[in-house]
Amino acid sequence: MIPLEHYLYISAALFSLGVFGVLTRRNAVNVLMSIELIFNSANINLVAFSRFVEGALGGQVFALLVIVIAACEAAVALAIVMSLYRVMKNVNLDEAAELKG
Amino acid sequence: MESMASAAIFYGVAAVVLGSALYVVVGRNLVHSAFALVAAFFGVAVFYVYLGADFLAGAQVLIYVGGILTLLLFGVMLTNRIYNLNLRSGAIQVVPGALSAGLVFALLVWIIQSVDWGAMDAGDPGPTSESIGRLLMGDYLLPFEIASVLLLIALMGAAMLVRRRGSGSS
Repeated sequence: MIPLEHYLYISAALFSLGVFGVLTRRNAVNVLMSIELIFNSANINLVAFSRFVEGALGGQVFALLVIVIAACEAAVALAIVMSLYRVMKNVNLDEAAELKG
Repeated sequence: MESMASAAIFYGVAAVVLGSALYVVVGRNLVHSAFALVAAFFGVAVFYVYLGADFLAGAQVLIYVGGILTLLLFGVMLTNRIYNLNLRSGAIQVVPGALSAGLVFALLVWIIQSVDWGAMDAGDPGPTSESIGRLLMGDYLLPFEIASVLLLIALMGAAMLVRRRGSGSS
């Protein structure tokens, strides 16, 4: 049987990789992919705690809600990326600095 | 013997997930990154199976791989001129990013090691879809309804944002 801590370590590594991607990627779509990695790591934690600590299904319900919110986020964020592309003809985040003071 | 094999499969899948996640965040080619993300999502679905969350594993494959990833691939295709094969994604501020991510990881590992989780395996809960459905329609009705309204708003907002100005009749 896999102990709880190993799920937590995997999820922590996935979260850190996602943070690294969000901080370093130039392309906006790639940043979105990294955010999905972070959502997934949070979900692993929720389901693992639901099984090992709670012993009920509440964590799984919340993981389901996280998946729904990830779908919303992806749709709206990609719509914003499309609008950005229409204005700038690329989606490099370091070049989208029009609002910088 | 059987638990040995299952543990070996688990750690193999963990290696695949972390490897493809690493490729997503350092790979140079956007389409390759998207397909590495498929592998990572499938691996997370395998974790759900190991945790006895069968319904969630199915939802993960259907929604993430079938929905969100298709959306992301559309995003890649529509925001790049694919005929000149310029699907590159550069990296900025690599050293501060690596430093921050490393710090976050160290902090998380320290927390995981120092907290007594009081973990005890509740055992395989069996088929979960019926219980999850009852929970969604009972104890978790308010989050469920808020999520439905949020989905509706996100749908309308996304359609609003990508509509071409001036070409609409209204």
